[in-house]
Amino acid sequence: MFLLAAEGGEAHNPIVPIWQELVVGGVAFALLCFVLMKFVFPRMEQTFQARVDAIEGGIKRAEAAQAEANQLLEQYRAQLAEARTDAAKIRDDARADAEGIRADVLAKAREESERIIAAGKEQLAAERATIVRELRAEVGTIAVDLASKIVGESLADEARRKGTVERFLSGLESAGAR
Amino acid sequence: MNGAANVLAQGEAAFPPSVEDFYLPSIVPWGAENSYWFTKITAMVWLAVGILIIFFLASYRKPQLVPTKKQWLAESVYGFVRNNIAVDMIGHAGVRFAPYFTTLFCFIFLTNLFAIVPGLQISPNSHIAFPAFLAVISYVLFIYAGIKHHGAGKFIKNSLIPPAPWYILPLLIPIEFFSTFLVRPFSLAVRLFANMFAGHMLLLVFTLGGFAMINANALLAPVSLLSWVMTIALTFLEFLVIALQAYVFTVLTASYVQGALADEH
Repeated sequence: MFLLAAEGGEAHNPIVPIWQELVVGGVAFALLCFVLMKFVFPRMEQTFQARVDAIEGGIKRAEAAQAEANQLLEQYRAQLAEARTDAAKIRDDARADAEGIRADVLAKAREESERIIAAGKEQLAAERATIVRELRAEVGTIAVDLASKIVGESLADEARRKGTVERFLSGLESAGAR
Repeated sequence: MNGAANVLAQGEAAFPPSVEDFYLPSIVPWGAENSYWFTKITAMVWLAVGILIIFFLASYRKPQLVPTKKQWLAESVYGFVRNNIAVDMIGHAGVRFAPYFTTLFCFIFLTNLFAIVPGLQISPNSHIAFPAFLAVISYVLFIYAGIKHHGAGKFIKNSLIPPAPWYILPLLIPIEFFSTFLVRPFSLAVRLFANMFAGHMLLLVFTLGGFAMINANALLAPVSLLSWVMTIALTFLEFLVIALQAYVFTVLTASYVQGALADEH
């Protein structure tokens, strides 16, 4: 009796499906499934996948850029350190050079001064010797002249005269050396 | 017995509403009592199918990586069912069922929603034919998925023989058979149908009840007003039921498929 309800009985039974509605609903839903499952949702999956790829690709690119930047930074740091070492080395070298030059100049100056002093000493000694020699002759003559005048007569005896002068000069030298 | 709309138009409220209020006269041929090929109900089913097809095709005609608003909306519907139902229930293997689940969810939700759309105000799902064939599809789907995944013998063994001591099995196997292969399609269909049927009936009772009281006695006008306010409140409740039942139907289908695919009982 329930099955007949759909066919045109007076009372409807809500728990018995109407077969026309089953058919209509089935066809309509099949159409909906066909269109959505064939043309829409697979494309959504593709879009999701493309989006994932895009994001992951972006992350990868960013990582690569980061790595490159890090590498460059390392490189620059290394270069900087190298430059610092170089600068220090150059400074040290310059300092060493300056030290060497100074020492050289000092040594040369010392040498020069020693040379000058030595030359001066030599000259002095030579002059002194000349003077002594000249003085010796002159003092001899003057002394002889003086003695001749004092004694009033010329000392004929050459040997005696020489001996006397020599003695006097020795006395004179020892007096000068004292 | 005419539909509620005619009753209201004629100013005579047939109270209380009956089952017959769910069976509206045919549109083509006009007014025929027991012709069901083209009624308001079937027209609404076609309307729902048309709206969904046009919405999804229009919003997904030119998919872009950075979605437009419409594309985003379409994607979030699919993404919701895909991630929150298919993948959550079934796991990664659920992705290939997501298109069907989404279609199912959208169809049920929209046809349910017609229950509170002014002018339509009855859901096709209050006729058991529609929940019934959807339930049959879910039934076939989970059995098919199980047999395809395990092979027929192992699927039936997995479904029917729980890991229990042998002496309980004579009791358990009939119960498992009953609950898995007999009750499931029936409960799916009746749950959705009964919710929509009851929802429509409730709204009818309060709407027509208002008219019945004010016609009976003008002094009852405040009670009529209260009755109509209740109608509005119940419409909000109905919306909750609409969304919930669409979700529940989809989740249960997913759960059956998950059970069929599971390796252990």
